[in-house]
Amino acid sequence: MTNHNKKMQIQIANEYKNENYRQTVWRRFKHHKLAGISLIVLVLLCSAALLAPWIAPYPPDEIVGSFASAPSKDFWLGTDQIGRDVFSRLLYAMRISLLVGLMATLISTVIGVLLGLIAGYFGGVIDMVIMRFTDMIMSFPYILLVLVAASIFKPGLWTIILILGFVDWPGIARLVRGNVLNLRESNFVKSSIVAGMPLRHILFSEILPNTVAPILVYATSVVALSILDEAALSFLGMGVQPPTASLGNMLNGAQSLTVLTKQPWLWVPPGFLIIIVVIAINFIGDALRDALDPTTRKEK
Amino acid sequence: MSHILEVKGLTTAFTGDYGTDITVDHVDFYVDRGEVVCIVGESGCGKSVTSLSIMGLLNRGGAVIDGSVLFDGKNLLGLTEKELDEIRGNRMTMIFQDPLTSLNPVFTIGSQITESIRIHQKLEKEESRKRAIQILQKVGMPDAEAAMKKYPHTLSGGMRQRAMIAMALSCQPALIIADEPTTALDVTIQAQIMKQLQELQKELGMAMILITHDIGLVARMADRVYVMYAGQMIEHAQVKDLFLAPKHPYTKALLATVPGIYDSPERKLASITGVVPEKYDTIQGCRFADRCPYMKEKCLTYEDNEILENGHEVRCCRVGEWEAS
Repeated sequence: MTNHNKKMQIQIANEYKNENYRQTVWRRFKHHKLAGISLIVLVLLCSAALLAPWIAPYPPDEIVGSFASAPSKDFWLGTDQIGRDVFSRLLYAMRISLLVGLMATLISTVIGVLLGLIAGYFGGVIDMVIMRFTDMIMSFPYILLVLVAASIFKPGLWTIILILGFVDWPGIARLVRGNVLNLRESNFVKSSIVAGMPLRHILFSEILPNTVAPILVYATSVVALSILDEAALSFLGMGVQPPTASLGNMLNGAQSLTVLTKQPWLWVPPGFLIIIVVIAINFIGDALRDALDPTTRKEK
Repeated sequence: MSHILEVKGLTTAFTGDYGTDITVDHVDFYVDRGEVVCIVGESGCGKSVTSLSIMGLLNRGGAVIDGSVLFDGKNLLGLTEKELDEIRGNRMTMIFQDPLTSLNPVFTIGSQITESIRIHQKLEKEESRKRAIQILQKVGMPDAEAAMKKYPHTLSGGMRQRAMIAMALSCQPALIIADEPTTALDVTIQAQIMKQLQELQKELGMAMILITHDIGLVARMADRVYVMYAGQMIEHAQVKDLFLAPKHPYTKALLATVPGIYDSPERKLASITGVVPEKYDTIQGCRFADRCPYMKEKCLTYEDNEILENGHEVRCCRVGEWEAS
């Protein structure tokens, strides 16, 4: 190794020495080019969705133009079959889809983490009961479950969020349980028991922080899945109900052959957006996994 | 004055796929306030299991099936987890072998010690932080204030063990169990840390149980020594008596394994032939018999402890007899 190289390395090492965990994660995250781009895209899309009331040129649910007109300078992405502006609807649809994705993930993560922690820490009968229940939910063909639930309860935004939230948690519960099984035998948990720490402290302040990284990574994939599921359900008419726009029920129009062949502006943009969002979230999840794992030491 | 800790007939069993093993078999010992008691023995003879049993920390499958553990006159084995938590940490604590895995990797040293003080002593955050720094300084952590902000993996082994000791001492317990506290460290650091631990023990008037297989450490630290073999206490004596005149062939063999500084260069390191039998709870008679050079017929049926003068206890039927042969 040349002298210059050595100097460089020492310099780099010194630079990294004083950074805290968050800075390390952020530095590693930035090494992922695709994830960086994905993050930018996602931030743009999210802000567009958040700012929809100000950005959207027309109210989303009102008839503002002629039926099914092709994109023009007044209607950037054309209008749908009853004359609503597609671009405005798309912005509001993003709001709904992201809301569904995030809220469903939040609900399923909370349920999964709680059940996983309890099952893993206490073991025995409690573990058995919780995990068999988890297996049951997992083995159920869930699109069927969702369809049944959607037909029993009034379909709508919050119904679908709750349904998806209550269906997606088994994966997280298993993940957390597996980690807790390992962690509860570790010496630092034992030393907190020895130190007479209360159970609540041990579960939430000792064990949980050690398993946040895998939960975070898994949660990103649940967000993507929930968005896809919402799209699928809304496409089938069981999800978000019109006139409220969601990416899924905008695709619904493509069920008719004329729309599919003659009016691509009605279904290409929402379909494209779904793909972009899901891919971006998955890339970010990938990069997070690498960045949060303390054993990866690639510094290039 | 009553003993701070008195263990009577402690028996711990592990149940696995192949049946039940009794790993600790009717162990009796006691610790007085302010004294250092060593438990020595080879690997796999039940030292650690004894300490885990006292602390109520046995892994799944392990359970205390007989005996009592009296801490300050209260039987720990009959307490609920909640009542135990009152005693653990506040009055009695433990230092583990491996300091890296004994500290939570996602928190700084400072936050871990502070938290422990805050919960037990019910102090304000700022007050706890000050105390944490004081304790870190006491255990010889250089630049304690900066060390508060460090994560365990950025510290050296010696520093980690100091942090562990600081955490254990943070609530000034009456009894501390140190399970091979310096096994993972090199000799120079070991000497420093043990010295510091001994000073703190004297200063705070704590009782300490030191579990080790390092005979040199025993000689330096202990007031009294228990020798453990195959799940039983086989000899108990004041440290001087034990080193000057071991009454059990195993103790003698154990002492003989220590190389001396005046040994001739040709001297081979002594070892005890064989290993601790893996399943020792079914052995009849003396459990050391098959490795003992002085074994006689009657050893195969002998079970009891013999008490000599000065509370010197030995579990050997040929005591006073084997030295001559």
